[in-house]
Amino acid sequence: MSSTENLITSIQGLSASSGDLSALHRILKGAEETLRADSDLQLSTLDQLDPSKHSLGYLYLLDVLTCGGPMSKEKASEVVLLIARFITSCDAEQIRLASDKFVSLCKGFKDRVLELEDPLRGVAPLLSAVRKVQVSTKRLTALHPDCLQLCLQAKCYKAGFSILSDDILEVDQPRDFYLYCYYGGMICIGQKKFQKALELLYNVVTAPMHSVNAIALEAYKKYVLVTLIHSGQFSVSLPKCASTAAQRHLKTWSIPYTEVGNCYNEGKISELQAVVVAHSSDFEKDNNLGLVKQAVSSLYKRNILRLTQKYLTLSLQDIANMVQLANAKEAEMHVLQMIQDGQIHALINQKDGMVRFLEDPEQYKTSEMIEVMDSVIQRTIMLSKNLIAMDESLSCDPLYLGKVGRERQRYDFGEDFDTVPQKFSM
Amino acid sequence: MERDEETSGPMMEMCTNGGEETSNRRPIISGEPLDIEAYATLYKGRTKIMRLLFIASHCGGNQTMQLEALRMAYDEIKKGENTQLFRDVVNRINGRLGDKYKMDSAWCESVDRRAEQKKGRLENELSSYRTNLIKESIRMGHNDFGDFYYACGLLNDAFKNYVRTRDYCTTAKHIIHMCMNAILVSIEMGQFTHVSSYVNKAEQNPETLEPIVAAKLRCASGLAHLELKKYKLAARKFLDVSPELGNSYNEVIAPQDVATYGGLCALASFDRSELKAKVIDNINFRDFLELVPEVRELINDFYSSRYASCLEYLGSLRANLLLDIHLHDHVDTLYDQIRKKALIQYTLPFVSVDLSRMADAFKTSVSGLEKELEALITDNQIQARIDSHNKILYARHADQRNATFQKVLQMGNEFDRDVRSMMLRANLLKHEYHARAGRNH
Repeated sequence: MSSTENLITSIQGLSASSGDLSALHRILKGAEETLRADSDLQLSTLDQLDPSKHSLGYLYLLDVLTCGGPMSKEKASEVVLLIARFITSCDAEQIRLASDKFVSLCKGFKDRVLELEDPLRGVAPLLSAVRKVQVSTKRLTALHPDCLQLCLQAKCYKAGFSILSDDILEVDQPRDFYLYCYYGGMICIGQKKFQKALELLYNVVTAPMHSVNAIALEAYKKYVLVTLIHSGQFSVSLPKCASTAAQRHLKTWSIPYTEVGNCYNEGKISELQAVVVAHSSDFEKDNNLGLVKQAVSSLYKRNILRLTQKYLTLSLQDIANMVQLANAKEAEMHVLQMIQDGQIHALINQKDGMVRFLEDPEQYKTSEMIEVMDSVIQRTIMLSKNLIAMDESLSCDPLYLGKVGRERQRYDFGEDFDTVPQKFSM
Repeated sequence: MERDEETSGPMMEMCTNGGEETSNRRPIISGEPLDIEAYATLYKGRTKIMRLLFIASHCGGNQTMQLEALRMAYDEIKKGENTQLFRDVVNRINGRLGDKYKMDSAWCESVDRRAEQKKGRLENELSSYRTNLIKESIRMGHNDFGDFYYACGLLNDAFKNYVRTRDYCTTAKHIIHMCMNAILVSIEMGQFTHVSSYVNKAEQNPETLEPIVAAKLRCASGLAHLELKKYKLAARKFLDVSPELGNSYNEVIAPQDVATYGGLCALASFDRSELKAKVIDNINFRDFLELVPEVRELINDFYSSRYASCLEYLGSLRANLLLDIHLHDHVDTLYDQIRKKALIQYTLPFVSVDLSRMADAFKTSVSGLEKELEALITDNQIQARIDSHNKILYARHADQRNATFQKVLQMGNEFDRDVRSMMLRANLLKHEYHARAGRNH
């Protein structure tokens, strides 16, 4: 009892400056065991502390109190409320001192929220948690995938999308990264932003890995379907930068999807639908049936797009025949939809039932277009700078230099081309 | 009585022709149904028999033609020593030509016996030459063996023996002799890769070749390219054949064939300038084209854009070309390519083309023409778009400026994506490396 009292007073006292905070941190680390053993510790003791000022101490106590096993529903909901309030009001500086603890606390929070089957409660707190734990917007934290998972469960895609708009350039844990990309891809699919979804899924599929893991496999299946929807082409071979393990094994595990892809390339709707029906049980098992249906409907769009390359005017009935639609009315609907989406430029003459395809009216002369080009140029310059910085930091990395030094004998650089100083050769 | 009638026919023709085989008044390869006798006189040796048998098996339901071909084949085989082919032909005739053309087992046995004796004699001679170690005799011995096997129809053994003479060749003439024999057997066997390699070997000869030999080699090489579907190279080789070839290569190819193969392959694969320079203005090749006036006409028609008559000639020649042993597999592809070239050439000079007039020019319906044009546009061989409402084809030239802008923006986005992916992958690798290094230390 007294040790807890002491602890609380020291927390209250030492939470002011950074020097005090490091001292406090040491005390807390030492006292953790005793805290856990203390069975009198109650949630009410937390009322003595202010989460925004005494975040570090609050964090430790909360962790001890809530990391216990299964709780009753009321207790769980009370705990959830407490943690949510803590997360929203805690001080980011203090939290970062004990980021591992914070992360595990949040993960526990997420589990409780999912147990309560109320993911919506957890979305906002976790969003702010991610922002607080992040050291820089370029770095992936362990909380990103959890936050995205909750957003998916709660179906608030917009919230999840706001996290995805950061560019992640540095990654610590591969598993976090895979999950982040996979969930991120799913959120983008939900928002119908297929370009970004494709990017994220592509990153998972081509990530370096020694053996195929389940996340990569699921991501590959979705990647195949999204490529069909977005770019209308499918190639069985993976990009060259994918790891050899992925290249060899991913395809064998996702045969129904590659079949759909190959059939799509042929361009015949009826065959594609037959293939889909044949494998519908597989698709349902993977929860991909909705995506597959979207892919099938995108085949119509792709075929109509191809027609614009060859024809200047075409009757609606001809379009319907060539694309295998039922009648001219459906063809009109499809073409109208595509014009509205901006995928084609055309004029429909309802009197004759003719469609006239136009060229892209974009002349690239407006000031908006210049702004767009300018921003793209700036972005490219920034990226190049990042790349050069990365290269420089790598060439100063002792581990890397050690490895090159060791392999010096393998590469005959010649006397006058010594990239690595002698002291690194072993 | 019957006999006289049957045999006097060809004999009379031979008399009126003056005994020569090239001065036929009527062109042999033309739109009319093939005159088998005249066709057969163009060739000699084994190829004559093979061609006749090919015609017999590919002439469709035309009984008279089939029987005619089989009869001539029978006569020709009996002049030789190939009993296997003899049995084959007799089976095919199946008694339909009467008593004279049935199985003559006595003849077979006597030929086989003679063959055995000859083989024994040749073997003895060869072994004696071998013990004497006279190179020239050994070479002649193997050569004789090769000839013997070739006459009997055992082509593989013939080829082996001809190739064995290589070790005993002392002069360039010997080497050329060996190459020509090897080429002949390879063509009969249908192994055209060998043909190419032996032609190369012969052409690498340091001495200049006689013009006739050079022409023969070019024919052989052209045939090889044709079989391998390399129509442009085949055309070039055939067009280079000098007219001195005449009939000297009858055991493989006739000058009419050189003209036909060369002309069609050139039409299917050359562009306009090459067609003019190498075919129309080619003085040497003109002599060959005189032998097949229909091919000459159709090439001129194509060049002067008279597509309807060009395609008409092609159509009429088709039936006979399908009976040719070397061209049979390629007729459809070549025709297809020629037709496509005609369509492309037709649309090239115009900004807009009325599809109904074009359909008339090509003797096809407007909807059929639309489908063909669609295929060509998809392949990017015609830069145009079809106005299906008014049935007009409009040429479409891409706007370079817009296309450039579009490409630039796209490239910028791709660079962005790729570099970010790369940095992520590098990060993952670095992390893995650190993790592994951490574990080792």
